[in-house]
Amino acid sequence: MIDWKYSLLLIAVMAGVTQMLRFLPFALFAKGTPKAVLYLGKVLPAAIMAMLVVYCLKNTSFTGPTHGIPEVVSVLLVVLLHKWKHNTLLSIIGGTVCYMLFVQVLM
Amino acid sequence: MNKTTVKHSFLASLPVMAGYIVLGIGFGILLHDKGYSFWWAILMSVSIYAGSMQYVGVDLLSSGASLLSAALMTLMVNARHLFYGISMVEKYRNMGLAKPYLIYSLTDETYSLVCDADLPEGVNRKWYYTLVSLLDQSYWVLGSFLGGLLGSALSFSSEGIDFAMTALFVVIFVEQWEKTKQHLPAILGLGISIVCLLIFGVSNFLIPSMLGITAGLFLLRGVLEKEETVHD
Repeated sequence: MIDWKYSLLLIAVMAGVTQMLRFLPFALFAKGTPKAVLYLGKVLPAAIMAMLVVYCLKNTSFTGPTHGIPEVVSVLLVVLLHKWKHNTLLSIIGGTVCYMLFVQVLM
Repeated sequence: MNKTTVKHSFLASLPVMAGYIVLGIGFGILLHDKGYSFWWAILMSVSIYAGSMQYVGVDLLSSGASLLSAALMTLMVNARHLFYGISMVEKYRNMGLAKPYLIYSLTDETYSLVCDADLPEGVNRKWYYTLVSLLDQSYWVLGSFLGGLLGSALSFSSEGIDFAMTALFVVIFVEQWEKTKQHLPAILGLGISIVCLLIFGVSNFLIPSMLGITAGLFLLRGVLEKEETVHD
């Protein structure tokens, strides 16, 4: 059973924090942006995206029964597909189908 | 609003349409798998409207995470939105009534369509921003609705479909990598996150990673800003 009250509160928290992050810069820097913040704005996105990739793969076990093969192969496939065609949809579907085949059929 | 603007906005949004409907369906199915009907998917897609966070949110909801840890997680996962905002402060300055919605709906993908859009003759900039933002969110809401609705009807096993989120981040990572010659921030992010994962473990590594990355980027500021001017 779903806990309605808890679920609604949790969603409200996620929505509130997300929108606070979106609105904050417009409120803070209405008159101009400090240099340190401009610098972070340039270099942080790439570092954060790397962190999010690690976050997604955090449960990969190299010592477990699959030795992390489904994850490694599927990520490599996404990179190769994207380098080849630069089609976001193709890369995502290709990698996801590959991963699903691994976990459902092959391993 | 004229015909040229509508047409240009729609065409620009097509790649996002494809991605958002598929990712939205994936999100709706995941949420449905955890026992939440499509109304919940729509509610989250309208109120939170942040793809990766909503995937993480399914995890938080189903694992009974505390409100505090949900808030911290949202802060970490979505902190990058601060920087999208920072770079749009000037462009969204004179947007009038549309401005609150433009800010509210500034996702990664919408940002990629508005951040440095070269608009052809006859396209109204304000309407382009507004239409692209509205279209993108409607694709996302539609996808989540379909996923939540079809979740039970789909006969195939959806095990592993959550890899779509990983794939999306890998794609954005590759695109960011190709856009610049300066790969140090990406490598730093990867290295520090892996080290923190090994030290702090699966459930506690995001906050130390984020702090470490920010500190590391400030330490390298001299090097990175110097190289920037060389490349320019």
